[in-house]
Amino acid sequence: MNRNRRHVLFFVSAAVLFALLAWGMHDLPPFGHYRGPYGDLVNSATVYERHITDAITAVNFDFRGFDTLGEESILFMSVIGVGTLLRRQTKERKKDDAGESDELETRRAPDPSDAVKVITLGLVGPLVVYGLYIVTHGQVTPGGGFQGGVILATAPLLVYLAGDLKTFKHITSHSLVELGEAAGIFGFVAIGLLGLALGGQFLRNVLPLGEAGSIFSGGTVPLLNLATALAVAGGFISAIYAFLEQTVEMRMEGEE
Amino acid sequence: MSIFPYLVAAWLFLVGLYGIISSRNFVHITMCLAVVQSSTYVLLLAIGYKVGGVAPIFADVPVGTPAVDPVVQALMLTDIVVEATVVALLLALAVQIQKAAGTVDPDRLLELQG
Repeated sequence: MNRNRRHVLFFVSAAVLFALLAWGMHDLPPFGHYRGPYGDLVNSATVYERHITDAITAVNFDFRGFDTLGEESILFMSVIGVGTLLRRQTKERKKDDAGESDELETRRAPDPSDAVKVITLGLVGPLVVYGLYIVTHGQVTPGGGFQGGVILATAPLLVYLAGDLKTFKHITSHSLVELGEAAGIFGFVAIGLLGLALGGQFLRNVLPLGEAGSIFSGGTVPLLNLATALAVAGGFISAIYAFLEQTVEMRMEGEE
Repeated sequence: MSIFPYLVAAWLFLVGLYGIISSRNFVHITMCLAVVQSSTYVLLLAIGYKVGGVAPIFADVPVGTPAVDPVVQALMLTDIVVEATVVALLLALAVQIQKAAGTVDPDRLLELQG
């Protein structure tokens, strides 16, 4: 279709869609006047019933725990999909062996400066500690397995920015990454089955609830957060590796 | 204006959609899809907002303090995870399209096939 005609068609249908959306939104509760009972119910119940001070974590890992298992599986399947789409194909192998050295020269990035190396490598340790803090305090303050897992997954990226490709490849292609990802998913299911065995319901919060506001509170929720963090960090590192492999592999071959 | 935040969501949705329609690059299209999806964040947060409500974290404030709806915020977390997965898959496809066709322009891709 012609670009101009496509734009005309879009603007006409977008105007209709906007009118429909505005009409539909007109009858929503006025902004700032939340009505629904569920949010207030969750807000008043979490601290007393689950000893969790972060209501969002309580929804994600307790009241809606089964949905979060599905969410984690989506991430897992997507990482498998990225790995499958970006796998090294036989044709590419041959192409690399033939050696396109001219193209490799242009692709090779300049070495990072000493300042970049010192700052990025110096940040790896604090970043890992910060990620673990976010993971383990999900039931007390904002955070949890998803957020902390992503922070942990960025640590290898800092190593990559520092230009240390061998260490980066060593971390990201390690079999522990895949093992961690799988262990995260199965750990989540195992904790769910524990609830089924001891409490009669899948993902029922059966462990002692502890004292609200402390790191050991919320029963199974901190454990589910740890499992999620393993799965998310493993999944993201695998996906990052799959993408950067496209350039890093060539750069490493070019250097040797 | 009490429906203004909802209209912002509708606007973000349509602007992202326009980006997808007019784009000449698959990576750009992926980012436009992220803009479309961010309209759902605005809509969800706007629905759960309560005038004067605090964040639904009761570590520092006593239980019973008026707080915004945590359910829509939890849904938004799911939304972000889904967006991250969709973006990752689409970018992987863009890499393979570039390899197979030598271009990431959807219009040129059609020309090549037709």
